[in-house]
Amino acid sequence: MKEKSYLPGTHPDLPPPTSEVGVVGWARKNLFATPADTIFTLLAFYVLYSIVPGFMQWAFIDAVYVAENREACWKMMETPGGAACWAFTSIRLNQLLYGFYPETEVWRINLSFILLFVALAPVLIDRLPFRKQFFIFTGLYPFVAGWLIFGWFALPPVASQDIGGLALTLIIGITGIAFSLPLGILLALGRTSNLPVIKILSVLFIEFIRGVPLIALLFIASTMLNYFMPPGTTFDLLVRVLIMVTLFASAYMAEVIRGGIAGIPKGQIEAASAAGLSYWKTMYLIVMPQVLKISIPGIVNTFIGLFKDTTLVLIIGMFDLLGMGKAALTNLNWAGLHREMYLFVAVVFFFCCYGMSLYSGYLERKLDTENKFQKK
Amino acid sequence: MATKAIKKTETGETVIHIEGMHKWFGNFHALKDIDLEVFQGEKIVICGPSGSGKSTLIRCINRLEEHQQGLINVHGTNLTSDLKDIETIRSDVGMVFQSFNLFPHLTILENCVLAPIWVRKMPRKEAEEIAMDLLERVKIPEQALKYPGQLSGGQQQRVAIARALCMRPKIMLFDEPTSALDPEMIKEVLDTMIELAQDGMTMLVVTHEMGFARKVANRVIFMDAGEIIEENDPETFFNKPQNDRTKLFLSQILNH
Ligand SMILES: Nc1ncnc2c1ncn2[C@@H]1O[C@H](COP(=O)(O)OP(=O)(O)OP(=O)(O)O)[C@@H](O)[C@H]1O
Ligand SMILES: [Mg+2]
Repeated sequence: MKEKSYLPGTHPDLPPPTSEVGVVGWARKNLFATPADTIFTLLAFYVLYSIVPGFMQWAFIDAVYVAENREACWKMMETPGGAACWAFTSIRLNQLLYGFYPETEVWRINLSFILLFVALAPVLIDRLPFRKQFFIFTGLYPFVAGWLIFGWFALPPVASQDIGGLALTLIIGITGIAFSLPLGILLALGRTSNLPVIKILSVLFIEFIRGVPLIALLFIASTMLNYFMPPGTTFDLLVRVLIMVTLFASAYMAEVIRGGIAGIPKGQIEAASAAGLSYWKTMYLIVMPQVLKISIPGIVNTFIGLFKDTTLVLIIGMFDLLGMGKAALTNLNWAGLHREMYLFVAVVFFFCCYGMSLYSGYLERKLDTENKFQKK
Repeated sequence: MATKAIKKTETGETVIHIEGMHKWFGNFHALKDIDLEVFQGEKIVICGPSGSGKSTLIRCINRLEEHQQGLINVHGTNLTSDLKDIETIRSDVGMVFQSFNLFPHLTILENCVLAPIWVRKMPRKEAEEIAMDLLERVKIPEQALKYPGQLSGGQQQRVAIARALCMRPKIMLFDEPTSALDPEMIKEVLDTMIELAQDGMTMLVVTHEMGFARKVANRVIFMDAGEIIEENDPETFFNKPQNDRTKLFLSQILNH
């Protein structure tokens, strides 16, 4: 046997061998661990090499950022159309952001957007001072925002067909997100209920909504819904769309939540009931906190799906961000800039959705460390 | 035939009265013609083979299971489908489960104060004082701010007992409180229960811990196939069992 360099009990902590640390160690472990890994790594580098520099050249280096219109843009390039023309992002910024919302009133949309964060603060930050008071504002926010955006008492009204662009996307997306979660929870509770009538109604609703494409629902909203209403009542198209999108997302949400409910051991509910907690208190205090935690990935998945589905309103003649982009392309000043326009829209959507994804990841990690030892 | 040899061990009044009670799961007749009278301060141990209906019986007492026929009266309130009555009875009857059933998303202290605050409408501060007192009694006050998953099984079960006691129940039901525990933790839980018994709590305990039965029970009930087969004081029950099925069961359980 080899002689030990230290006496038993005196072995100090040594630094790890260099092959385990630093850039070299990382690369060896992650990129070149086996011959197959090495081949894939090289292949990936080759693909990146052949795409990225060319794209950078087109999108940023040779690109024109400020110009009157497409023609002016292209004149500034060596080969017309050989690089990106981003000039529309500044010149048509107002339409892309707000649609045809009157320019003097645009502050109302901006204000509701800022207030949104005030309303969200107590939801997102659990150590917020005066959280209770903030929650009151959260409850009032839909009315405040509705008042600001559509106008009423003291504010000149704006017709809903004038709202467009990113503002419309956000209005539909955020309304859908905010209302589909509570509605989805109620539907999931309905579907797991012992009361046959409530159970059947929930199942029918969920299955019907999930079985019909959102586009069909939007057409129903735009054409048929008024037939079902008592004569004389007219419902604003945007309101009808908001309702449909919310209902659509809530059916999916219900199934995500139901999956979470199924994952809660029966003993939890029994222990709560045995202590005298009513059904609603049991759901609110015991079941839902656990369900929402385990369902975060599914919930955020539904949110992201809903947010992207808002682009479908294009089909019933509403102009969300994508719609405004397409509209700009039909304008002779900007025709031919498809690549730039769709890329721009895609990037905006990506940041919104990736933001949600990042927050959900943060939330999962946070809840996980809070209850680190709960695995059972 | 159920041997009726009820000895009125305590002078107390009747707190649970069950008469001609039947329970079915679908077509399965799980409890058959159950008669049972429990007096204030009594400790009753229920034993019997697996599937005999012990859990079902005590779960009927707080309506975790619904009986279909006969009468169950707890503290003067008949168990019907009246939700208010059920909630009243449940808040007066504590229950401890085999699998602890602590709420994993709440700390030990929050587990304990939840029902007092939300059911009894107790101010949080008062509820926390009571909870800390009881956690001290089950000898784990230092764990109050931890989460259930950080505790050993024995500790969790003692928390479950404290949590039930926080509601100041008049009756405690235990459904095999030690059978999910490692042997070295059984004693700490049984000791807690013995202390509770000495304080005069009315207790119905489903358990196969015969040492516990001998030490604390006023009465031992033996069930088989949904019926109460035999009912006696522990002395007679263990030394001179009347029914053949009881003898067989005791020989099996005491011989290993
Ligand atoms: N929810 C249920 N649905 C259908 N059958 C049930 C249900 N709960 C219990 N049973 C049946 O009723 C009978 C009595 O069950 P119970 O749990 O009361 O037995 P037990 O005496 O507590 O047994 P163990 O010692 O295994 O806990 C068993 O045959 C069981 O299969
Ligand atoms: Mg049982």
